[in-house]
Amino acid sequence: MSKKNLKLITNPINKDNPITVQVLGICSALAVTVKLEPAVVMALSVTFVTAMSNVVLSLLRNTIPKRIRIIVQLVVVAALVIIVDQILKAFAYDISKQLSVFVGLIITNCIIMGRIEAFALSNKPIPSFLDGIGNGLGYGIILIIVGFSRELLGSGTIWGFQVIPDSFYEAGYSNNGLMILPPMALIVVGIIIWIQRSKNRELIED
Amino acid sequence: MNFLRKQIDKIKPKFEKGSKFYFLHSTVDAFETFLYVPDKVTTKGSHIRDAIDMKRTMIIVVLALIPCLLFGMYNTGLQHFIATGQEQSFWPMFWYGFLKVLPLLIVTYVVGLSIEFTFAQIRHHDVNEGFLVTGMLIPLIVPIDIPLWMLALATAFAVILGKEVFGGTGMNFLNPALTARIFLFLAYPSLMTGDKVWISGLIKGENIVDGFSGETLLGQVANGSSVLVDGFGEKINIIDMIVGTIPGSVGETSVIAILIGAVVLLVTGIGSWRIMLSVVLGGSIMGLIFNAINMNPAMEIPWYEHLILGGFLFGTVFMATDPVTATQTNKGKYIYGFLIGVLAILIRVANPGYPEGMMLAILLMNVFAPLIDHMIVQSNIKKRQKRTVAVKS
Repeated sequence: MSKKNLKLITNPINKDNPITVQVLGICSALAVTVKLEPAVVMALSVTFVTAMSNVVLSLLRNTIPKRIRIIVQLVVVAALVIIVDQILKAFAYDISKQLSVFVGLIITNCIIMGRIEAFALSNKPIPSFLDGIGNGLGYGIILIIVGFSRELLGSGTIWGFQVIPDSFYEAGYSNNGLMILPPMALIVVGIIIWIQRSKNRELIED
Repeated sequence: MNFLRKQIDKIKPKFEKGSKFYFLHSTVDAFETFLYVPDKVTTKGSHIRDAIDMKRTMIIVVLALIPCLLFGMYNTGLQHFIATGQEQSFWPMFWYGFLKVLPLLIVTYVVGLSIEFTFAQIRHHDVNEGFLVTGMLIPLIVPIDIPLWMLALATAFAVILGKEVFGGTGMNFLNPALTARIFLFLAYPSLMTGDKVWISGLIKGENIVDGFSGETLLGQVANGSSVLVDGFGEKINIIDMIVGTIPGSVGETSVIAILIGAVVLLVTGIGSWRIMLSVVLGGSIMGLIFNAINMNPAMEIPWYEHLILGGFLFGTVFMATDPVTATQTNKGKYIYGFLIGVLAILIRVANPGYPEGMMLAILLMNVFAPLIDHMIVQSNIKKRQKRTVAVKS
């Protein structure tokens, strides 16, 4: 893999992160991160959809008339999202119920449309695929960090297993109810942005 | 005292710019100005309107809070001994409350000030006095039996995410003390609401008199009772509400102590009378409206009792008047205060899930304060522009 292609994957994970730098796809990041498990599934689904839609639209990029490109994009993305939704319903019904409408709402996830418009329509299929994977991973890594901290502090569990021992609760520790509420997800994302920008000062806007 | 001065002068050069301990310079500076009047004078341009500076402002607010703090200590002991059925004289009660409140104060100040100092060092600015007031307010608005680690966490949350992220004292848009309280309220609701948390010792439940209830008066209202009673089910009279010998957060119960603080703030001109007046006005009007509708027990509480119950008055005097988070324009202050009063009573009466609405009302209006100011300033500009156009033509 050439250096340029590698960058397509590594850049979105850190300094070009879709959530913390481009601030896209925040809504689903807040909604599905109460527990780690749905967050991981969501991350995988979005990665799949971004990568595949990038490839398909990159292949079609020279045949789509400019004026109706948004509709074509939507058709492709919607088809892929329905595939993901059906797979989840068939093989992971519980998680599919937890994620409820948010799988369907991947269609409107700004990251996907953003990457298609900004990258896939002007690049070849392989770089587009890598770009989709990279952005999906960048989205996923934030989801996993947020989901991890919210589940740990809000419910005392990780992936459904209790990790904070009972002796802590007996000594007076109790779960933080604020962590389960959506606003805290925003605050956690804010803290991640804060840490990231204080480490990488180039990212600070005026 | 000369000895101290000499010592400070001796160690000071070590902290100057470029030397080894420069990173600690704001700590040294903070302690020096804490001990001595600073010798710095303004060199460029005169901008002094008043002899008052931030340190003096903050100290006066702290002084104004002292009556509430002392009464809170006494009341903590009083409520505890009523609940356990013991007869005690004044001093044992006060001592008991003192020992309960002191840890809260120490934890808040230690956590809050260490965060303030750390941020001042990292950002190379001076330590601000803003936390002196916040650190005093937080223990006064929490239930007495709150675990200390929760208090520490809430203080850290409020100082870091409520204040320092936005640039420290003077830049925050939410009242830091209320930020700490709403954090506790949402994160640990079982320890912040209910009938067990307001009196010391009730959660453990040892030696409590049979049939005693520690429900606050507003809690009783939210539960739908129309007659306000004390812990043994006897009707409570208005004198008790005014003196403040009722269960509640540490500092909020006594109307008299709060009014002493209000007088101090008003005489020194630090608290805005416009805000205080309009909050009380807003609360009274909303109370009167509900009295007129009179559909459920919560609406039946006379409007003047709304003003003396719960945190209404405490919030009015010490929180709504926070000069940083309130509106800055005079006209804006009336609107801001009035809406706080209206919202506080509205939340109390209309939403039984939140027996006390003052915190939510103030925080909501904190968020809207810049908007109110903006509207006022814009309308002034428009008015003046019209005038100039009229003159030209």
